Amino acid sequence: MSVLIFIDHSEGHVKKASLEALSYGAAVAGQLGVPAEGILLGTVDSDLSALGRYGVKKVHQAAQQELNHLDARVFARIISDAATATGATVLVFSNNVNGKAVAPRVAVRLKAGLVSGAVALPETANGFVVRKNVFSGKAFAHVAINTAIKVISLNPNSYPVKEAAGSAEVVPLNVNVASGVRVISTTPASGQVPLTEAEIVVSGGRGLKGPENWGMIEELARLLGAATACSRPVADAHWRPHSEHVGQTGIAIAPNLYIAIGISGAIQHLAGVNRSKIIVVINKDPEAPFFKAADYGIVGDAFDVVPKMIEAVKKLKGLA
Amino acid sequence: MKILVCISKTPDTTAKISFTQNNTKFATDGVQWIINPYDEWYSLVRAIELKEKDPSTVIHLATVGLADTEPIIRKALAIGGDEAIRVNAESADSFYIAAQLAEVARKGSYDLIFTGKETIDYNGSSIGGMLAELLDLPYISLAVKFELSGATATVTREIEGGEETDEVTLPAVVSCQKGVAEQRIPNMKGIMSARTRPLKVLEPVAAESLTSVVSFELPPAKAGVKLVSADNPAELIRLLHEEAKVF
Repeated sequence: MSVLIFIDHSEGHVKKASLEALSYGAAVAGQLGVPAEGILLGTVDSDLSALGRYGVKKVHQAAQQELNHLDARVFARIISDAATATGATVLVFSNNVNGKAVAPRVAVRLKAGLVSGAVALPETANGFVVRKNVFSGKAFAHVAINTAIKVISLNPNSYPVKEAAGSAEVVPLNVNVASGVRVISTTPASGQVPLTEAEIVVSGGRGLKGPENWGMIEELARLLGAATACSRPVADAHWRPHSEHVGQTGIAIAPNLYIAIGISGAIQHLAGVNRSKIIVVINKDPEAPFFKAADYGIVGDAFDVVPKMIEAVKKLKGLA
Repeated sequence: MKILVCISKTPDTTAKISFTQNNTKFATDGVQWIINPYDEWYSLVRAIELKEKDPSTVIHLATVGLADTEPIIRKALAIGGDEAIRVNAESADSFYIAAQLAEVARKGSYDLIFTGKETIDYNGSSIGGMLAELLDLPYISLAVKFELSGATATVTREIEGGEETDEVTLPAVVSCQKGVAEQRIPNMKGIMSARTRPLKVLEPVAAESLTSVVSFELPPAKAGVKLVSADNPAELIRLLHEEAKVF
């Protein structure tokens, strides 16, 4: 018996979401009194034994270059075979792009119940019950997994990364990687922090009046090490790329700090951001519904307020 | 080209979310039901566009649900599609639903199966992957662009922090999100002709539910907003730094 954690990576680096999954998986293993092991497909630049710091005793690695691109069918086969070989009874994924593609396939292969979008450790006192987000962040469900093998995918930014001294044994995996998917090209986004992993997000809405006014949003984001986002009308008007649209039909995020500038806070937008730990709203309309969901706010014109915020951040960071 | 579009019924995006029976059931009183936006706006509309390009294309819609799902599948037919299939079963856990859809897919031998990227109620993002595994097909998830040339699909999909364009030989399962197509409103002609298009009802195949909802919970209410004067944004930055400690 063990807990097997899928370790996702891109551009040579293990994703932060996977460090969360490792920490979560190690905690589940602790609850069950079994060891935690990781599995990584492809290659990364760093020494995998260092992942022992997140609580895994072993990292199984299939080091073929081809595996640096996802083929969900190939990944699912390798991971489920490894799960069977290692006797894993719980598999943990991050509920990120790759996790969403692979975890459901692995669950089917292992005849395992899947809870995707978990936000807390399982309750094991009476069965195996996992808390997850439902209704796009408007509620939680406690879901029982009723099978011998369990698959959990953990929402990014829902469980803290926990580090301690430790080293993992790296175990090579020999696998067949024959893929039916041919990668034609990859285009990285603007080189910023990916939205789902960002700890701080600065977001703009229609109140900013046009794409030409996004300079101050980007500057505030840059100073805070934040990702930029936008509301749906802004993406629909092509002021900003669709990849920045947060909300019910866009991306759901859970950063530590969400700063909403010129966004009224429609229920669909709130659904995508209400898991943020702290919400700040800047809006000139005191009746904007977003203020009801906010922790801090300023009723004022973004064009006056944001430049002053930028100045204050610069002072704080010793840049002015 | 034969396309299967999977359709799910979900509460409207503005629906008030509450629970009954000791927080074990979603309270459906007064809830407006819609086609899951990802299924409607992106996968269904893209399938219709492919049919407009190649009129020999056949589009089937499939849903798993009891008779109360029929208005939703009729509405989907009014937007487009040649035939609808309803598997007469209560929508349960994702594996159960995927097993029903897989049976529909096997019988219809489709070249292409579209799902939405997730449903807006259970946010599982699982049906496409499960379906692909049950059918042993390639799965391209979170597509933002979909082009077809013969039996080859060129799909641009979201990856962490960017996009990747993949080529895959059909049959395949693809989950769709924003970018794949633009939302369409059903017109009167579609609504009228939808009534005459076949809606077949199939009985479910035996399949297990591997998970079950024990209870629901609403998030705790916020304590209330702390407002800072518009004349003093520096005070907001100080509070975020010293009180909230978020940077």
